[in-house]
Amino acid sequence: MNLTPETMTIAEMLAGLRRADFTSRELTQACLARIERFEPRLHTLITYTPELALRQADEADRRYRESRQGDPSAALALPPLLGLPVMIKDVLCLADVRCTCGSKILENFVPPYTATAVQRLLDAGVVVVGKSNTDEYAMGSSTENSAYGPTHNPWDLERVPGGSSGGSAAAVAARLVPAATGSDTGGSIRQPAAYCGITGLKPTYGRVSRYGLVAYGSSLDSVGAFAASAAEVTLLFNQMAGYDPRDSTSCNLRAPNIQLSRSTDLKGLRVGVPDEYFIAGMQPEVETAVRAAIAQLEALGAVAQPVSLPHTEYALPVYYLIAPAEASANLARYDGVRFGLREPSQSLWDVFNKSRGAGLGAEVKRRIMLGTYALSAGYYDAYYGQAQKVRTLIRQDFLKAFQDVDVIACPVAPSTAFRLGEHTDDPLAMYLEDVFTLPANLAGVPGLSFPVGFDGRGLPIGMQLMGPHFKEEALLKTAHAYQLTTGWHKRAPELF
Amino acid sequence: MSLTQAEVEHIAHLARLELSAEELTRYRQQLSAILDYAARLQSVDTSRIAPTAGATLDAAPLRADEPVEGLDVDIVLRNAPQREDNQFRVPPVLE
Repeated sequence: MNLTPETMTIAEMLAGLRRADFTSRELTQACLARIERFEPRLHTLITYTPELALRQADEADRRYRESRQGDPSAALALPPLLGLPVMIKDVLCLADVRCTCGSKILENFVPPYTATAVQRLLDAGVVVVGKSNTDEYAMGSSTENSAYGPTHNPWDLERVPGGSSGGSAAAVAARLVPAATGSDTGGSIRQPAAYCGITGLKPTYGRVSRYGLVAYGSSLDSVGAFAASAAEVTLLFNQMAGYDPRDSTSCNLRAPNIQLSRSTDLKGLRVGVPDEYFIAGMQPEVETAVRAAIAQLEALGAVAQPVSLPHTEYALPVYYLIAPAEASANLARYDGVRFGLREPSQSLWDVFNKSRGAGLGAEVKRRIMLGTYALSAGYYDAYYGQAQKVRTLIRQDFLKAFQDVDVIACPVAPSTAFRLGEHTDDPLAMYLEDVFTLPANLAGVPGLSFPVGFDGRGLPIGMQLMGPHFKEEALLKTAHAYQLTTGWHKRAPELF
Repeated sequence: MSLTQAEVEHIAHLARLELSAEELTRYRQQLSAILDYAARLQSVDTSRIAPTAGATLDAAPLRADEPVEGLDVDIVLRNAPQREDNQFRVPPVLE
């Protein structure tokens, strides 16, 4: 049969697999064919794993076949995502497949174990077609910091897909795969979702295990997922989330089992609109599209009201002290001793210095330097300590706001996707891309990004919903109601 | 503020990063600009504010401190740049 995964939702794929309209091998091969056709110009992957994917697909098909031969309860017991092709961001370990983190220093690193979030997806039956491109160690907002070359935005190949999870976002936008995982330390799921016109969820901190996620900023890192729509993201999130004793910051709560209905009624939902997120200098089309989307939520019964997050302006400097400080500690392990690149030398100190100097890229070194400074004797209190205290104020802003509203709606980024190379010489300008996404990481609250329009150049515009801790369901339900009544999430780029 | 060349070299030493002269110059300028930007935090009154180390730690219990099975030594050493028996091999620390 002529299978066109680019026109199908995940629910349609899973229904087709269950009904035996097609096999997982056929579905996977259709995705692999799209990857092989479009990948040369998009560069969404660091490591392509077609053999692994087909092996997993055949195993999925075997289980479908067996369930059809067995009693009816066997079909019910099938894993929920059985046979679904996905990409895994290359900062999440998958045993026996190299994990580079977009870095030269891990070019040949083959992890001996699998991240919990990935294992849960494997247990749910997914098929892994590859490890997707990322800024080195997830440090960046454009995927240009990958040592393996940048990913291109499928809406405009001259533009970035956002970052750091740019490979995953571009692949889902181009419908190479229906879903992919990402990680978000300061916006690395939400901003690429916005730039690529898809839906991306950064869960509450601690909701999805970080075990096997290569650490960047440990108090900020979240693992989440991309798909075209909120309904599809929900299918992945339900599987990925849940308590994991192997992550000391994993929250011991019941795993979510979010069921979205066909209801578009948002009556009673209080939507907060923060002035601080509509700033001078942002692209006017972004503000227009986001305000129109908020009006659409009101049309569905929600009530929009102003809300204040007064310490927003400090989120950027707080983040760019705390995240590099944590990074400088986390990345100390790349020393050429136990794994990764070792530059041969006569003394151990030179092994450290030379391996790190040769193996790490410019942005990673910049953040290690910045973090080392912020933690160094004489500066710790003024920089790191003060940043942690202002972080408290930012978190309190959210706790206070969520006494009055159920969700907060705002832009994801001040502009649509920028050109490759546009910000590479100016780190501060690049950091400003994250100005609306950093606060959620500092406060630990969940954030969802989804498409709400296009600018005059045909580039997607994203809106962000943030919610109280552990209330991902409110975000997904709201976006789902919006997507049931609008069509932005159904638009896909015309590829070449 | 402007970092001095000696300060940048000291940071690179603490971070165990071998940097070229060109990198040292570039990072001196860029870190100075970023720290200038971060200086706005000094104006926030935090005299009565406790620091936040994590946003949802209340919901994250510590597990029982019990030994559990780890990875096999051979598997752990598979990525070692150099190994000797069951150990990582490195050049001498002391001359």
